[in-house]
Amino acid sequence: MNMIVCCKQVLDPEAPPASFKIDPATNKVVPPPGVPPVISPFDEQATEAALRIKDKLGGKITVISLGNNLARDVVKKPLSMGADELVLLEDEAFEGGDSWSTAYALAMAITKIGEYDLIFCGRQAADWDAGQVGLGIAEFLGIPSVTVAKKVEVIDTKARVERVLSDGYEVVEVTLPALITVSNELGQPRYATLKGIMVAAKKQPIIWKPANIGVEPSQIGATGRRLKLFRLFQPVKEAKCEIVGGDSPAEMGINLALKLREAKTI
Amino acid sequence: MAEYKGVMVFGEVAEGKLASITTELLGYGRQLADELNEELSCILAGNRISGLAQEAIAYGADKVYIADDPQLSDYQGDSYSLVVAEIMKENPPRIMLLGQTSIGRDLAPRLAFKFQVGLAMDCIELSIDPNSKLLQQTRPVYGGNAWATFVCETFPQMATVRQKAISSLERNESRKGEIIPVTVKLDPARIRTKIVDRVKEEVVGIKLEDAQVVVSGGRGIGSPEGFKQLEELARILKGAVGATRPPCDNGWVPTTWQIGLTGKIVTPDLYIAIAVSGASQHLAGCSGAKTIVAINRDPEANIFKEARFGAVGDWKQILPAFTEKIKELVAE
Ligand SMILES: Cc1cc2nc3c(=O)[nH]c(=O)nc-3n(C[C@H](O)[C@H](O)[C@H](O)COP(=O)(O)OP(=O)(O)OC[C@H]3O[C@@H](n4cnc5c(N)ncnc54)[C@H](O)[C@@H]3O)c2cc1C
Ligand SMILES: Nc1ncnc2c1ncn2[C@@H]1O[C@H](COP(=O)(O)O)[C@@H](O)[C@H]1O
Repeated sequence: MNMIVCCKQVLDPEAPPASFKIDPATNKVVPPPGVPPVISPFDEQATEAALRIKDKLGGKITVISLGNNLARDVVKKPLSMGADELVLLEDEAFEGGDSWSTAYALAMAITKIGEYDLIFCGRQAADWDAGQVGLGIAEFLGIPSVTVAKKVEVIDTKARVERVLSDGYEVVEVTLPALITVSNELGQPRYATLKGIMVAAKKQPIIWKPANIGVEPSQIGATGRRLKLFRLFQPVKEAKCEIVGGDSPAEMGINLALKLREAKTI
Repeated sequence: MAEYKGVMVFGEVAEGKLASITTELLGYGRQLADELNEELSCILAGNRISGLAQEAIAYGADKVYIADDPQLSDYQGDSYSLVVAEIMKENPPRIMLLGQTSIGRDLAPRLAFKFQVGLAMDCIELSIDPNSKLLQQTRPVYGGNAWATFVCETFPQMATVRQKAISSLERNESRKGEIIPVTVKLDPARIRTKIVDRVKEEVVGIKLEDAQVVVSGGRGIGSPEGFKQLEELARILKGAVGATRPPCDNGWVPTTWQIGLTGKIVTPDLYIAIAVSGASQHLAGCSGAKTIVAINRDPEANIFKEARFGAVGDWKQILPAFTEKIKELVAE
């Protein structure tokens, strides 16, 4: 099994909402000081999905991350979990892309890698929440895709995927090669082992510039966008919460119920 | 190719009826089409759905394309994207709207990449720029911490719309429209997936999406037993129970109970959030509630920024008395 996992480095989505800031002049998010970036959580689950297949059938897992100035200890995490190879599409020209230009560059890199049976992506990246790049890569490569997987198994020449629906799930069989996007229902990604961390520390990522994958800088990153960002802003919220008092928790409970009756919500 | 004209929506069918997202999309589409002074069309795909064409017209469509075929009885990315792309090619829309649902999330990107255009997912506001006549698409990003407005200068301009972001128009039975049957020609070799099984989570009581009262629990509930107390409160209020992601991930409750950005969107009159921190990704699913009530032991919890009423303390000590009092008040 040759597998590829696309992992994006993002701002930590679990950082406290109060620390979230935008620079209106540049339409960009200001990274909160002291909060390191992370691999987008669904991408860790995508890595886990590939590792579970490798555990059973063996094979090679290549991770690709696209961006600029990527933090090595962050993007190496999938290696420390058990992935084999790391390819970084790292250049200024890759920055500021939308789903279109990102999927295009990733598809070109995957074409260069050449051999693959399964490609995994997260269902959506935790920064822009687009949820498109996986399907886009599949369209570029002309391969089938299945989204929001909670379980993936390979049986002969097919993958059997449990796909999450709003009222349950369906089991889908897809011919290989295929692209699968993974959701949190897959379960906890494994922790890095000490040995894994040591192996990852020594491993040099392969770095590709636009020319290495045969793309023009104008087709990728911010200049390759099809969706123009017009404005980025924080919705204003006025705190108006009325906290009920009480001498004991039980009294608070009673007062809260009375409040709701008073406000005619019950 | 013909000129890009009009607004087109992809309608969904659920249990033999137009899904609520369809009537919402028609409402939105109608507004945009009127502003542009162009037509609103609706695609309906499925098996034995022709009877719903008139319904789509009653909710605002001028034209309905009906792709009625046994091969479309279940949604599959390959088959649906081929059929819908064909209709879009024959009748190129200026604007194409889909719902941010299981189906729309899967179908919209496939179409956008086929047509080589940008796509804004999960929009909560759409408007026409008066000067350029281009569609302005506003959607939450960074889990809801920020909103972004996008513009796409190529056609069709595509968006998916968050569920319950707008209310449907009144049904108007006297509206007239045109119904256009579409012949479905699918080459089986191009359908590379096969659905071999479907497992449906049984819902006892009121469906979460339809409930007027939702009692929702977070990580702080700590166990499946804890959720039993929430179910008791929901029963008294004739509501449903929901959850944040951790209780679902931990297996305390079914995953279908998850509310939020990647879970269900609920807009009840009353939302009671217990031991929920109020992460933006969770609020994405409940901020449309009329009144939010929070019980949390952390006075700084973000949920109090969204809530109307709150109590600060251990839910295990507050909830029994709260539930008891509610029971009494409701019985009066
Ligand atoms: C891309 C993405 C998508 C996501 N989608 C969703 C989604 O759809 N839905 C969703 O819910 N989350 C989603 N998340 C996760 C989200 O970011 C939060 O991690 C999650 O909502 C936190 O759940 P919580 O509030 O239950 O847990 P926590 O943040 O851990 O909060 C627990 C709260 O319980 C309180 N508490 C603990 N014990 C008690 C007690 N005894 N009495 C009173 N209070 C107590 C604590 O003070 C705390 O505020 C998503 C994340 C990402 C990155
Ligand atoms: N810059 C990137 N580098 C690597 N993978 C990415 C990148 N952007 C998106 N992806 C992959 O595509 C998925 C969906 O991203 P998006 O469509 O941006 O929400 C992510 O979960 C990743 O698997």
